[in-house]
Formats: sequence, structure tokens, C-alpha cells
Amino acid sequence: MVAKFDLNDDSVVVIIGTGAGGGVLANELAQKGVKVVALEAGGRYLPEDYINDEWESFTQLAWLDARTTSGSWRVAKDFSGLPAWIVKAVGGTTTHWAGASIRFQDHEWKALTTYGKVEGATLLDWPIDAAEMAPWYEKAETKLGVTRTGDRAGLPGNNNYRVFEKGAKALGYKEVHTGRMAINSADYDGRMACQQTGFCFQGCKWGAKWSAAYTDIPAGEATGNLEVRERAHVARILHNDAGKVTGVEYFDKDGNLQMQKARIVCVAGNSFETPRLLLNSASGMFPNGLANSSDQVGRNYMRHTTGSVYAIFDRPVRMWRGTTMAGIIQDEARHDPSRGFVGGYELETLSLGLPFMAAFLNPGGWGRSFTTALDHYENMAGMWIVGEDMPQATNRVTLSETKDQFGLPVANVHFDDHPNDIAMRNHAYQQGMAIYEAVGATRAFPTPPYPSTHNLGTCRMSEKPEDGVCNRWGQTHDIANLFISDGSQFTTGAAENPTLTIVALAIRQADHIAREMSAGNI
Amino acid sequence: MTKHDLRGLTRRQLLSRSLSAAGALAVTGAGFIAAPDAAWALEVTAITPEQMATLLQMARDIYPHDQVPDRFYAIAVKGYDSEDHKAMVAEGVASLDAAAQAAGFPSYVGTGWEEDRVKLLQAMETTPFFQTVRAGLVTGLYNQKEIWPIFGYEGESFSKGGYIERGFNDIDWL
Repeated sequence: MVAKFDLNDDSVVVIIGTGAGGGVLANELAQKGVKVVALEAGGRYLPEDYINDEWESFTQLAWLDARTTSGSWRVAKDFSGLPAWIVKAVGGTTTHWAGASIRFQDHEWKALTTYGKVEGATLLDWPIDAAEMAPWYEKAETKLGVTRTGDRAGLPGNNNYRVFEKGAKALGYKEVHTGRMAINSADYDGRMACQQTGFCFQGCKWGAKWSAAYTDIPAGEATGNLEVRERAHVARILHNDAGKVTGVEYFDKDGNLQMQKARIVCVAGNSFETPRLLLNSASGMFPNGLANSSDQVGRNYMRHTTGSVYAIFDRPVRMWRGTTMAGIIQDEARHDPSRGFVGGYELETLSLGLPFMAAFLNPGGWGRSFTTALDHYENMAGMWIVGEDMPQATNRVTLSETKDQFGLPVANVHFDDHPNDIAMRNHAYQQGMAIYEAVGATRAFPTPPYPSTHNLGTCRMSEKPEDGVCNRWGQTHDIANLFISDGSQFTTGAAENPTLTIVALAIRQADHIAREMSAGNI
Repeated sequence: MTKHDLRGLTRRQLLSRSLSAAGALAVTGAGFIAAPDAAWALEVTAITPEQMATLLQMARDIYPHDQVPDRFYAIAVKGYDSEDHKAMVAEGVASLDAAAQAAGFPSYVGTGWEEDRVKLLQAMETTPFFQTVRAGLVTGLYNQKEIWPIFGYEGESFSKGGYIERGFNDIDWL
């Protein structure tokens, strides 16, 4: 049943990466009868393999290949070799994600028009809008089984949510609920309902959370049109004299260099690996890397303005019990410059287990100020800030001096906060602490950002070729049969967790690619 | 991330000969340190008992949890008793003791108040020795499943069917 394509078969679409972008695109194309080879750097792990232990799971799933960092962001100091907490496995970071699935607000597709020019930022309007995306969002919500969309009920609130909700309401917030989550509140699509186990970040052992690893990937394989090659580490995309891509070189699971021919190549390796691959594919014809005539490949890296607020109460909360992120306050997501910044932010419930709390509460911190916080771990509640950060040309993925295990230059990730990001984060810290103080918190902690999970931009979508890397379909401006299929496409980041939008864009892109292939245009 | 080696940590019913060492730990003769109540002892091979006692005190001062017994800190620093770390430990402990003596104390472990020891540590906070020990403790101490109940943390719940019927929303004081 599972397809096996020849390395010399130049009729296939090669997709690099199998997460929210690549994994969904692979299945959607396979469903339409398009032959697909998906190359995945990681191995295959399914619910029975997931480990509900933070460090062990991290070792199993996280992308731990070398990366380097620079810039003034605190991650570069605290986690210099780990700028992102993302997954290297079939299904990509859909294994790790928390499931929050919210649409962009209408105005966020038009950030430049809505916010106006912001000094130091490279804001741009997306070449698509809310009306165009609405039907694709609906398909994505149906695919993922998003709660509070369609006729799907919300999840019940856990202890951490109940504290969060009470504080939010005390402050007068109105849009407070258990979220629109790609975690089943009832059996859906052959997957069971959430059992309130916690460990959403470590892979859902019940399969209640949507992950491409056990939905789209096997569904695509069942068509006979999709072959997923695991532990295939892509080195370079090749092209011909006409400037069209022709195939992909990769190291297979045994470390041997292979070359898969292709009619179309779609890159979905996350916002670090996607630009890295285009840059590592430089050639005589494209000395600055593929699809980089604009010099925009790698630029405008966005990671959301994040941070967390944890607080201690005089009685137990046990925040780790139940769905990790089923709780949201959306009142601050609006664009309201009277707060001192453009764009907005979401507040979402979050918890970490004791081992990760020790690592992330105040990285590098020690002594009693730190340990007395952990002493009251059982009485802690937590939330995460997700806000729109400003794209900046200098926030950028470039090739590092450091080489990976195959001798390929790794990604260096440079990031500096924009003043707008800092103003937003400080506002969110104040609001977050006020929420908990309204419920009687005795101590609150404005916790710095973790290694990034929302990696966006770096190959952004733009109307004009000189402003970005790809067009409204994710097709690169320079090379017609080369597509960007992951969060790298994001023109701006919006305030929302990005996965739903990545999935919606992938479904839409599959439709476009299949149509263009039928028409003989690519 | 690393599994910590439990070998060498043994329970002792009685250790008759306790050599003096300030603080909670006792150097009990060649190759051992032990708790004053003799609840446990730690055998060292590559580094000296005095050096291990200093590391243990340092671990407690970096991440002090008064409700966490010494044996868990001992497990967390046990890995430094190795040929690979011998030189780093010797140099680091010597510099801590020198700093203590310069401040008028007999040694690091002979510095009676935590507050005074913390000042000595703050002065060497940026050294590779301090950073190695501190960073190692983040996993070496907090990733010991045996200490989780002390903090109320319950660990995995999948094997018990999650919390859907076991209190995911049982908060009763709001």
C-alpha cells in the first residue's frame, strides 16, 4: 500500500519536512492523486512511543542538531545552542504543540495598513486576506477537530484554568474560555477524547491531540501516493540551467548521500531549516542561495513576543493536571495603540513539570529567591504570553561557521527585541500578574521567553518580489517549481498560535499546486 | 538529561569515626563522607572526601531546599568524582577555600552562615567551575523522580488514566 518511488522518478513532488506544513501538504496532495516523496530528518514516533517525562521526551523528540545564536535576546545567553524547542520527527512539531488553534483576526492580515509604519520594523501586508482564508480555515478546523468551532464542544477547564478564569473575570476580561483546541473534547475522527493527563508537549499518548504523525501522514500513505523517508537529512536543492529545481540531495539513515529527482520541491523545515537549506543550496547561478534575488531569505525572523507569568498561592493549584493550554484570554489581542504598542497578545494557560520549571522559571537563577519559588511548585499557576512581534530585517537566519554532523553549515539565529515587543511584553507581564493577584497570589514571576516554539518569517510572502521570498501561494518569486510550505511564509506573525494558519495555508497550497500541475504550468 | 550514577551511594548503619567538618556533612575517614546521623554515606575515589563535602555544600547553597535531604544533593554531584572532573574540582574547591580564608573563615564548608557562603559563590558566579556545577544541578537535582513528591509534583499520570477522574479540576478554595 505504502508507495515507493524511484530516485530517478522526476514526476514526484518532493516535500522537505513533515510537520504542520509539510505533513499536511503531503497528505492533501496524495489525496488528490499527486505522487509525493516526503523527506523527514527525524524518526517516526507514535503515541505508544511518547514518554511522559520532560527530559526523556526532550531527548527523544527535540531537534538537537547544532544551531548557533547571536543578538541581544536572552535565549542567546541562556540557551545559546538551543534557539528553538521544536521537534525532529515524522509529524514535526505537531507532536509537541499544545493544540491552540485560533484564526488570525481580520486586521492582522494587513499589519502595515492597520498599524502604519513602525520605525525599525519591516511591516508588510500579506498578499492575502481574511475573506480569502476563511474557507481554508474552516477546512483546517475540521481536519484538526478544533473545539468551539463547528459543532464541537469546548474542553473542560482544569485547576490552572479555573484560577486563570477567576482572575481574568475579576479584571473585567470578557473573552475568557478553555480555548479553541485541536484536542478532542469528544471522540472525533477515530481519535479519543482528552483524558486530562497533562504532558501535551511530550506527544499525546491518547492521540486526543491532533498531530500529523498519526493523522495526515498515515492517511496520505494509505492512498499509495505518499512515500515518507525517515531520517533523511536534506543537504541541498539542485537546479538546472533554466533555473528550475530538479531534485534534492539528502543523507539517508545510513549517512549515504542520495539524490531524489523532483518535478516540484516544497520546503517545510521550520523557519530555521527552510532558509538554511535555501542558503546552503547556493550555486554559480544563484550565488546567494536559492530564491534569494531579493536578499530576503532568512530575514524577518519572528518568534512571537512571549514570556510567562507564574504565581504562587497559599493553597494548592496542581497546574500540571489536565490539558496544558486549554485556557485563553483574548481581550488583549486587539490592536489598541493606547496601550503603548501596536498589535496585541493572547494569554493562555501553561504549566511545566518540576524538571522544566527548574530549567525555565529563571534560567541561570539560583539561591533562595529561586528555590523558594520552586518550594511552592504545588501552589503555582501559570500562563503564557503570545503576542505579535515586529518583523525586522536584521532578525535573521544566516549560515554559521559551525558545521553539523554532515559537514553542512548550521543556522545562526540572530534576534533583538523591537521596542514594540518589549512594551507589549511588559504590558502582558503587568496584566498577567494582576490576574493572579486578583485571586490572592502571594508572589508572581514574570518569566523570560523560552527557546522559541513559534518560528515564523525568514521566507516571507509578499506581493512584490523585492519585499519577500514567495508569492500568495507560497511559490518562490524566483523559481516557479520551488515552494515554501511552512511558517517561514508568514509575512507578519499576528497574535495567534500559528499552527492552524500553517495548516490552512498548506491545504490551500495543495489545491493550487494540484491545479497548476494539471494545467501543465509547473 | 543524564542519568545519574547511583553506584557508590550506600547506606551505613553506623559510622563510628566522624572527623570534624563544619556544616551538615562529615568527612568520615579515607574515601567516605557521611551524614552526621549516618543515614547514608558516599564513597569517593577520584576526588577527596573534603572536596566532595565542599561540592555538596556548594550544591545546597546554589539550590537550597530545606526539605530535601542531603542524599539527593549527593546524587546530583556524585558524577564529579571522576578522573575527567578531578582537576576542575581541585581547582574550584581550592579557589572557594582561598576566597573563604581571605574573608576570614577557615574554609568554604567552615563558613557557618549560608549568607556568607553565598557571597563567596556570587564572587565566582561567572567561572566555568560554578557554571558547570550550577547547570549540572538543574537536571542532576530536579530530574530525580524521588524528590518530586517533596514538591508535590506527581509526574506522569498516563498509567493511571490521566486526571479525568482524579482531580484535574478539584480546586476547592477559589
